[in-house]
Amino acid sequence: MPAYIHGFGAHLPARIVTNTDIADRIGKTADWIEKACGIRERRWTEPEISVADLAVAAAQNCIENIGQQEIGLIIVASGSAPGGFPGPATEVALKLGCAAVPAIDLPMASAGSLFGMVMASQMCQQYRDILVIGAEKMSSVLQVGGAPDPNTEILFGDGAGAVLISSRPGRWRILDSALHSDAIFRDRLSFDWHSPLKMDGLTVILQASRKLPAVIEEVLTRQNIVTTDVAAFLMHQANQNLLIRVAKTLGVGEDRFYLNIAKYGNTSSASMLIAAAEWAESNPHPSSPIVFAAFGAGFHWGALVAGDDTALG
Amino acid sequence: MSDPNQIQRLRRVVQQFTKDPLPADSEESLFESGLLDSFALPDLISALEQEFSIKIPDRDLNPRKFDSIARMEEYLKQHAG
Repeated sequence: MPAYIHGFGAHLPARIVTNTDIADRIGKTADWIEKACGIRERRWTEPEISVADLAVAAAQNCIENIGQQEIGLIIVASGSAPGGFPGPATEVALKLGCAAVPAIDLPMASAGSLFGMVMASQMCQQYRDILVIGAEKMSSVLQVGGAPDPNTEILFGDGAGAVLISSRPGRWRILDSALHSDAIFRDRLSFDWHSPLKMDGLTVILQASRKLPAVIEEVLTRQNIVTTDVAAFLMHQANQNLLIRVAKTLGVGEDRFYLNIAKYGNTSSASMLIAAAEWAESNPHPSSPIVFAAFGAGFHWGALVAGDDTALG
Repeated sequence: MSDPNQIQRLRRVVQQFTKDPLPADSEESLFESGLLDSFALPDLISALEQEFSIKIPDRDLNPRKFDSIARMEEYLKQHAG
């Protein structure tokens, strides 16, 4: 049974934190930060705003964009939600006015929203309209521990993105997807609220540089789609240099990759859906097929390809 | 890898990706010395695979295994024919 993407939503906090704002604190220059990761600024929310608050705002934006009223299931991906239970999903459901709707927490950073989309594409036959949200308050993660680590302090931002996936026909039909994990690398990018975020950047970049092109090729090959026919690559915005490298490996122009990391930083599991929401807003009549892909802590990675039924014939 | 020809081939491949001449000390870390950065490493791995006709599995993609000329020599000694 087919699954369809109906539309996206996003929410970014208003507070802009520039490279100049953090340069002195980490002993680097603003130019060094931009050269290292392609980020010029990021958004950090106010302390009283929660992951669930960010998720609700993105969900409301998605619902407004689509005009959808019925929600059959909610999936909230976040690697920065506070520990303990219940997670933010039920709070999101309550604040959206659907307290009795099943709500699933997906405690996954980075690739969380991609995994949520794939889960939704399988579950929508039973639950019909599924709202998948990626929401992150990475600024609170950065406050755990001692002196700021320049390698992580420069990267992360706050925000949330959302997508509605349904069994009802919609804008894009989900054609295929692939998910992978390799627990051997689980300690190479980790965070537990007791000590600072740990990131082995060399290993992350090295693994992502190989695995992202491979998983994208995996789903495209199964669907007999060549990379140059893909209209847009909507990726987890981990690192601009990494995404440019993935484009080069796939043999497609950088212009096919929607990039917004320069203004929002890496918003972990939220970033792919924020990028999708902005891309959809700036492309009222978008081409297809489109590819979603993410790689991150776990390591978890995957890709999903969706196409316009009419365009694909 | 004790074949001088192979060592020469290795150094020639690595040199394509470093900003400055390779250090005389083959144990010196190419990352700590700033000769290699994180984005040069994936290209270097691909070039090693091509030059030595091997497939380096993702599980072996640990930067420490490719941190110096000596470590690359050791890896290729075990895996290249």
